[in-house]
Amino acid sequence: MNGIKKTGRLINTDQLRDIYYYMNSREKILAAIKKSQPAPRELPVLDFPLPDDMDAQEKFIAVLSSIGGAAHTVGSYDEIQLLINREYNDAARIISLVPEIESRGQYFEPGTNPHLLEDVDLAVIKAQFGVAENAAVWITDDMLPERVLSFITQNLAVVLHRRDILQLMHQAYERIGGRDYGFGVFIAGPSKTADIEQSLVLGAHGSRTMRIFILQS
Amino acid sequence: MNNGDKDHAALAQQFNRDEPRVNWHDETLWWVRAKRDKAAHTIPGWEHLRETASRIKNNVLSNMYGYLQQFEENARKNGVIVHWAADAGEHNEIVCGILQKHGINKMVKSKSMLTEECHLNDYLQQNGIEVIDTDLGERIVQLAKEPPSHIVLPCIHKKKEEIGELFHEHLGTPEGNADPQFLTHAARLHLREKFLTRRAALTGVNFAIAETGEFVVCTNEGNADMGAHLADVHIACMGFEKLLPQRKHLGVFLRLLARSATGQPITTYSSHFKKPRKGQEMHIVLVDNGRSVQLGREDFRNSLKCIRCGACMNTCPVYRRSGGHSYHTAVAGPIGSILAPNLDMRKYADLPFASTLCGSCSNVCPVKIDIHDQLYKWRQVLMKEGYGPAAKKLAMKGMTFTLSNPGVYRFAGKTGRWVMGKMPFIVNNKLNPWYKQREMPEPPAQSFNEWYKKNRKAD
Amino acid sequence: MTVALFVPCYIDQFYPQVAIATLELLEKFGVKVVYPPDQTCCGQPMANSGFEHLTHSCNELFIKNFAGFDYIVCPSGSCTLHIKDHLHHEKEEEKAGQIRKRVYELTEFLTDVLKVEALDARFPHKVGVHQSCHGQRGLQLSQMSELVAEPFSKPGHLLKMVEGLELIELNRVDECCGFGGTFCVAEEAVSVKMGKDRVKDHVEHGAEYITGGDMSCLMHLEGILRRQNSKVQVKHIAEILNSKQ
Ligand code: SF4
Repeated sequence: MNGIKKTGRLINTDQLRDIYYYMNSREKILAAIKKSQPAPRELPVLDFPLPDDMDAQEKFIAVLSSIGGAAHTVGSYDEIQLLINREYNDAARIISLVPEIESRGQYFEPGTNPHLLEDVDLAVIKAQFGVAENAAVWITDDMLPERVLSFITQNLAVVLHRRDILQLMHQAYERIGGRDYGFGVFIAGPSKTADIEQSLVLGAHGSRTMRIFILQS
Repeated sequence: MNNGDKDHAALAQQFNRDEPRVNWHDETLWWVRAKRDKAAHTIPGWEHLRETASRIKNNVLSNMYGYLQQFEENARKNGVIVHWAADAGEHNEIVCGILQKHGINKMVKSKSMLTEECHLNDYLQQNGIEVIDTDLGERIVQLAKEPPSHIVLPCIHKKKEEIGELFHEHLGTPEGNADPQFLTHAARLHLREKFLTRRAALTGVNFAIAETGEFVVCTNEGNADMGAHLADVHIACMGFEKLLPQRKHLGVFLRLLARSATGQPITTYSSHFKKPRKGQEMHIVLVDNGRSVQLGREDFRNSLKCIRCGACMNTCPVYRRSGGHSYHTAVAGPIGSILAPNLDMRKYADLPFASTLCGSCSNVCPVKIDIHDQLYKWRQVLMKEGYGPAAKKLAMKGMTFTLSNPGVYRFAGKTGRWVMGKMPFIVNNKLNPWYKQREMPEPPAQSFNEWYKKNRKAD
Repeated sequence: MTVALFVPCYIDQFYPQVAIATLELLEKFGVKVVYPPDQTCCGQPMANSGFEHLTHSCNELFIKNFAGFDYIVCPSGSCTLHIKDHLHHEKEEEKAGQIRKRVYELTEFLTDVLKVEALDARFPHKVGVHQSCHGQRGLQLSQMSELVAEPFSKPGHLLKMVEGLELIELNRVDECCGFGGTFCVAEEAVSVKMGKDRVKDHVEHGAEYITGGDMSCLMHLEGILRRQNSKVQVKHIAEILNSKQ
């Protein structure tokens, strides 16, 4: 529907930017903020010493299992493939973004409709790094054919190198630095909810299981 | 939900009619508080983390003007369309306008307390647009035609049997099945269909980064991502106070948020949305709705540091025993009680009184908001400015107690003339709620004052 | 050292034995105690109801009564906190400031100023400690369960010196009892429920007595205990520390 009008706001030109740009409110809000905001306060230095007693891999595995995920330490991709064959024997459709791991069933062309990923049983993805304190892994969209893949898949498997397990989130953001991405996500375990009387149920809307293969080499 | 003109005390009294249920509600939320304690104790430097977060937010408040423009500019460069909404009405119009432009009349929405604050669902419905809430808890209260009762645990007031009934009625699950696992699975199937058929998705925003123009959405269920990555149009709505200066500050806040909220080390998904995906349109609506006014109130501006973790609710002994709906506002509990009067002093004048000022809230708050001090200060503002019959009534009731029980009254009569002179409305009210469920203290033979005069005369 | 005894109105009217115990206890430690007889109320009931702006004459009186002493000691955390945080007067601000600095709650005065390390007291009973919020969180008389910090307890430290006294454990060590000043009547339903839950925690853990530093909270808990015909009693900490049972 075109042509909704309000004084000072227009919604009827060809250019999106102009359509949605309400100069009046913007200026009003900014002026009010400028008047209201308190005197400058300095930003604190981020100073969080790393715990020296932490075995990052051990911690990562312990936390992952406490949040409903499963970890496997493996020596090679062959080992991962064997485990996948064993654990996901019934899977009809596996999309693997890890060259060493086989896909199964229909693959997916980047740029086509993300809805076509609806029946993926297992997605196999490489993580850039993991964080021991919360067992989260960092994934960005340049590694994915479609952003929705790691959420819509019934099961998620992630390959992570042991050397890429960091201790704390502060290191994680140091590692990410100023890198550009369209979308990036920390994933920690399978999707879950406790909305019904606080009983924890794994498999809310995202993947129902999460398995992380930690490559020791 | 229509609560009529009932204030917190009246609604809380209603909630307390079913004592076993109050016990259940209290225990459930206390359990969440205990999980939070455990999480806080398991990582080193928790208090330092809180202090750092608090100081980052202080900096944000003090440079909101600059950060907002920086954020806007960077978001634009990222290909995101940025809108500014001065109030709830404008926010709703903007969202509605975007949907209408695309000819969309059905939308999925993940958790956003801002849209609750703005009553977006009602507005869209009136404009012929159907909204499906996709967070499980929110979907449940939506089916029950109720507002959420908690900002993190929207249906914490509902028993599983009631949810089973709702699902039976609306989703066709078998009657009498109240197994959380089963019901969650039913919701998964029900909502998957919605995700796959809706062309627009609205999400809230947990953090927005001025330096990069990206915003972060945290969920456990994955519903924000399922909605956003499948839809042609993604609309993200945020109060402008969600800003953080730099990306690295997320390290501090993501460590605090879930631990404070539920005791988890982090939410399952912490999604950083920077650019729309190919072919998708991404919008950010920056909302004021009273925030710039609150920013100008020296005593209350700190409330804008809130990251909506809900810890203050879980720890609040009053919230646990009165339920979220007794606060009759979108954000309940201690934080809601210091936010709401800013929006409408008359309507929410009772809320700063719905507290014993015990201070537990301020101690759990990950950004160190002085919540209980602000409750005290709101009381002063509300009374001084003569706001709200509700609050006045509450205050009067209290004063009536002090002065209507004989001992104190006598005492006040003897030495406290100043009280009587200043507050004539307190006399002659015999109502004494103390006695309903409690015995009065027995007045002793003599007061200390009298004893002292007799026994320590020589001094 | 001269100490002015500040007796909250509830104690004066309903629990004179608490003020007497406080007085005797302080005297035992060789302190010269003065009781300014014209004292009334600290103004907290008004201020907590939102009428701090009407406590002006109350503050004036308080300053008149309590200025010039080395210390002011009060057997109530709540009233002490109110004075510490809110005693102001435009004409007498210097005196008000001095009072704010010199006012102490009884147990913190004993541990921090008198540095009491031994007590001549006996109270052979199972006792539960109710941490009143204003004393605990406001004056930091003991560590708060929300914080990640070293545990300590000033009242606990003193109670451990009492012969025969057995401190019981609680499920919730520092949950509010729901008194809350005017809250206790304005929000009657929640206030009573909170009180009942506190009482239950103590009773279930075998308390014979519930003690604490604030008679107002104890009065509320006592009202509930008596309505329940419970044998459990409340006793202000001053009475226990001064007890020779
Ligand atoms: S006020 Fe603090 S504790 Fe309460 S929701 Fe906000 S951030 Fe969390």
